[in-house]
Amino acid sequence: MSVQAILDDPALMIMATGALVGTAAALLGPFLILRQNAMLSDAISHSIVFGIVVVWMATGAVAGPVQIVGAALTGVLTVVLTEVLVASRRVHDDAAIGLVFPVLFSLGVLLLNLYASDVHIDAHTVLLGEIGFVWLNTVEVGPYLVPRAVLWMGTMTLINLVFVLAFWKELKLATFDPLLAHAFGLMPRAMFYALLFLTSSTAVAAFDAVGAILFIAFIIAPPAAAYLLTDRLWKMLVIGVLISLLSTVLGYWLAVRLDVSIGGTMAAMTGVFLTLAWVLAPRHGLTAGLLRDLRRRRLDETRALVVHLATHEGTPEERHEENRAGALGPHLGWTDARAGTALRRSLAGGYVLREGEALHLTPKGRATAEALLEPWRRG
Amino acid sequence: MSPADLLGDYTLRTVLMGAAILGLVSGVLSVFAVLRRQSLMGDALSHAALPGICLGFIVAGERQLGWIMAGALFSGGIAALWILALTRTTRLKTDAAIGSALSVFFALGVVALTWIQAGGNVAQAGLETFLFGQAAAILRSDLPPMAAIAGLAVLAITVFWKEVKLVTFDPVFARTLGLPVLTIEVALTVMIALAVVVGLQMVGVVLMASMVIAPAVAARQWTRRLETMTILAAVFGVASGVIGAVISALGQGLATGPLIVLAASAIVLVSLAFAPGRGVVWEAAQRARDRRALRGRQVLTTLLHLAQAHRDRAYPAEEGMVDSFYGYRTRRTLERLDRRGLVATASHMPGEGRHWVLTPEGLAEAERVEADITGRRA
Amino acid sequence: MPEPRERTDAVTPTDPIRLHEPELALHAEDLTVAYHGEPVLWDIDVNVPNGVMAAIVGPNGAGKSTLIKAVLDLVPRTAGHVTMFGRPYADQRRRVAYVPQRSAVDWDFPTTALDVVTMGRYGQLGWFRRPGRETRRAAMAALEEVGLEALARRQISQLSGGQQQRVFLARALVQQAELYVLDEPMAGVDATTERVIVGLLKRLRDEGRTVIVVHHDLQTVREYFDWLVLLNVRVIAQGPVAEVYTPRNLRRAYGGQISLLRGADFEAAPGPDAPYGEGGAAAAPGEPER
Repeated sequence: MSVQAILDDPALMIMATGALVGTAAALLGPFLILRQNAMLSDAISHSIVFGIVVVWMATGAVAGPVQIVGAALTGVLTVVLTEVLVASRRVHDDAAIGLVFPVLFSLGVLLLNLYASDVHIDAHTVLLGEIGFVWLNTVEVGPYLVPRAVLWMGTMTLINLVFVLAFWKELKLATFDPLLAHAFGLMPRAMFYALLFLTSSTAVAAFDAVGAILFIAFIIAPPAAAYLLTDRLWKMLVIGVLISLLSTVLGYWLAVRLDVSIGGTMAAMTGVFLTLAWVLAPRHGLTAGLLRDLRRRRLDETRALVVHLATHEGTPEERHEENRAGALGPHLGWTDARAGTALRRSLAGGYVLREGEALHLTPKGRATAEALLEPWRRG
Repeated sequence: MSPADLLGDYTLRTVLMGAAILGLVSGVLSVFAVLRRQSLMGDALSHAALPGICLGFIVAGERQLGWIMAGALFSGGIAALWILALTRTTRLKTDAAIGSALSVFFALGVVALTWIQAGGNVAQAGLETFLFGQAAAILRSDLPPMAAIAGLAVLAITVFWKEVKLVTFDPVFARTLGLPVLTIEVALTVMIALAVVVGLQMVGVVLMASMVIAPAVAARQWTRRLETMTILAAVFGVASGVIGAVISALGQGLATGPLIVLAASAIVLVSLAFAPGRGVVWEAAQRARDRRALRGRQVLTTLLHLAQAHRDRAYPAEEGMVDSFYGYRTRRTLERLDRRGLVATASHMPGEGRHWVLTPEGLAEAERVEADITGRRA
Repeated sequence: MPEPRERTDAVTPTDPIRLHEPELALHAEDLTVAYHGEPVLWDIDVNVPNGVMAAIVGPNGAGKSTLIKAVLDLVPRTAGHVTMFGRPYADQRRRVAYVPQRSAVDWDFPTTALDVVTMGRYGQLGWFRRPGRETRRAAMAALEEVGLEALARRQISQLSGGQQQRVFLARALVQQAELYVLDEPMAGVDATTERVIVGLLKRLRDEGRTVIVVHHDLQTVREYFDWLVLLNVRVIAQGPVAEVYTPRNLRRAYGGQISLLRGADFEAAPGPDAPYGEGGAAAAPGEPER
């Protein structure tokens, strides 16, 4: 198959566009999530609508570098305005985000209503994108006709990749410890704004394909899923990219079969992967968490029982009152069933010995109790 | 159209009533969304309404607002649960949980929307108006379900006012009084979802978030009491709803949602700038007054020190010297003091700059300021 | 073998199992609180008799706040049971007033000092009833008691930290409870506020009510309180201050953090186990001992 044949294949080009959107977003998303600024991507991708319309009205450009840079500045403007509102100490940060982006978005939509009712950026595209038609809109690159979306998304993906690789340690430190990064002269705020500028630019470039809102799914859901699967930052990026690619391919296949929105299905697939990661992730997932809680609750019951016996060891009431199997429930405020299972586990764990009704601590049980009661001795 | 025609216009009356209902309920509930730091929950709830809208449409088989609102409430509720569960059971924080819920649910809505369209159902035309809101698409029969939901929410807030207030301010203390805090918190979130649902028709899913934030932020600037804040927020909500709806209904096909949001945001901007006490402009004016007063006192004591140093109560100080002492032009300060009768210009040699002397009143004032400063230092 | 633990609860030297201890304002038995796998409190017995002013004292991380939160059902208990005046807390809410740490709420909330104090009556009012004139009068009276009547209409964000703490105390006063539980009321407040708070709490005690305070300042324990619970994960000692406030007990409670204590206190004390007061070193002037 020749290069041009690949470039002319609608299915491949649609998937390529989706994959590039997903990759470019998954390279930036982890840093936003780790900084707990994920909602800035929501604000940015709504606000760029205003920038896109203004740049179009000023220059006539509907795509390309002018459009990307110009509109991306509105994204950064959103963040600046939000910070100004928060700095006024009259609005909390969550409310500030929710005040700024609707204004810019509204202005954008109204300008579209007024001046652009007949161009291709109508209100519908703004929200949903037209990934199904990206292959129709091509530009010449050397001997080839390349879909515009693929060209610009490819460029953005490359820029994001270079940025993340070149500033890896600066980004990492600025994300985890901005104060230390500042002390080292690594300019964490400049890093943050560069990150936001690239987020905005990527959102603008992806806008034709997936629209303003679906882009948010690509930048948040795959890295969020990755965050549940790994503790290493570089793995988080790699897993995020992989999830994006899988979502794109599966989303395309499903959308074509059901005859529904391709972009929507791709974005919905990122949600499916997030849900899967949530339920199944080996350490940070729901199932693992519930099992851990159960184990912890059982362990705490055993420890409570052991400490209870230790506290009353050698006291006058030990024999006839406290340290007896039947007395555990009333004393610890447990039901008989709960006291019974806790005692069985303590016996099985070798913490406690039973002689008829009387209960005695084993050396292991006594050591456990002491470690709990006097934690300062451990260190 | 003349104003009389406007009031008589059947469609417009419907639109105005719808806008007022929407403004009232979102205004009241915005107070609790903002104070409980759930501002962006409204954002998630409104975007997440889209799949529910489609579901309601599919169930009813046609565009019927009651079903659509029920569907929106349903999917919004699931999104809220998803956010809560995701933050409770994993290490993801609220921002990532809200962002993923908002976008993924919206994506599901887009899928559902295209699925309905592919089904070739003619009546689906009305569905896309839920994206940005379309006042003109509102029907007389849409008003009763909107009014019922809004009335229910506002009534609940009124009846349980003191409990709601306490749980919003200090939930831990509320628990020690034996209040069912969790139930009340869940009910408040549900009511924010109700407000969102009422506004879908007018404002649309994308911008409804703003309507459960902006009225409260504006109202907060004008008052220090929750009661007044809630009433003001309701007023601001109704005002933005009505203004936006009227412009949209009169205009050339402008989407209603953005107009309502811009009206609400304009009220926020005015409130942030001009609200007495809290307004930014007031604060700046106060700071400028303080700075002027401080400069006046400084210049007065400088003149006093010069007079003391030269053992001459009427020592004429050259303006340029005072300027260079402070590093800025002191003429306006001196002129203000002149107007208060505390200093006066003195005759001076031609070619020299202006000279100033303390008047007897100025001398007394300067000594008072001086004593005040040394007294405070002691 | 663990060293035999001395039991200093003077009220019930050998406590047989009794679910009802009506003479105790607070009775917690075999209480264990553990969350997120971190040991917080393990199998402790706490007894505070009726009509005393008690301090809960211990190093950072000793579980002081956790103890009162567990007692008030604000955090789940792993084991143990708690009674107040002989009955579970759920039946006694009306008789108990809680003053949370000041940082627990958003002070930018749009409300006035008087309004916050009125909230103390919401429990008595019950559902649907609105605070009326009588409630507002009681709230105003409580504000007068903490010396803030002039600031009743002030927005709470415009109050100083100490004034905010006094508003919280006034809110507890209008509850007209029999047991007052306060979480670090003296942390980071000005001298006036501390004086007002201590004076009020002593008056409550003198009226026969019980006061339990999570306290961080060892220096003022003898001056302010007559009952002491020394806590560090377990109860080190509890009882009348004069018996419990000994160098030996403090050393055990503060473990490795002993250097936090003033060395002079220990040197001034005559014997290793003698209470300070007997040596005359740190006797609080004019403070009636109970």
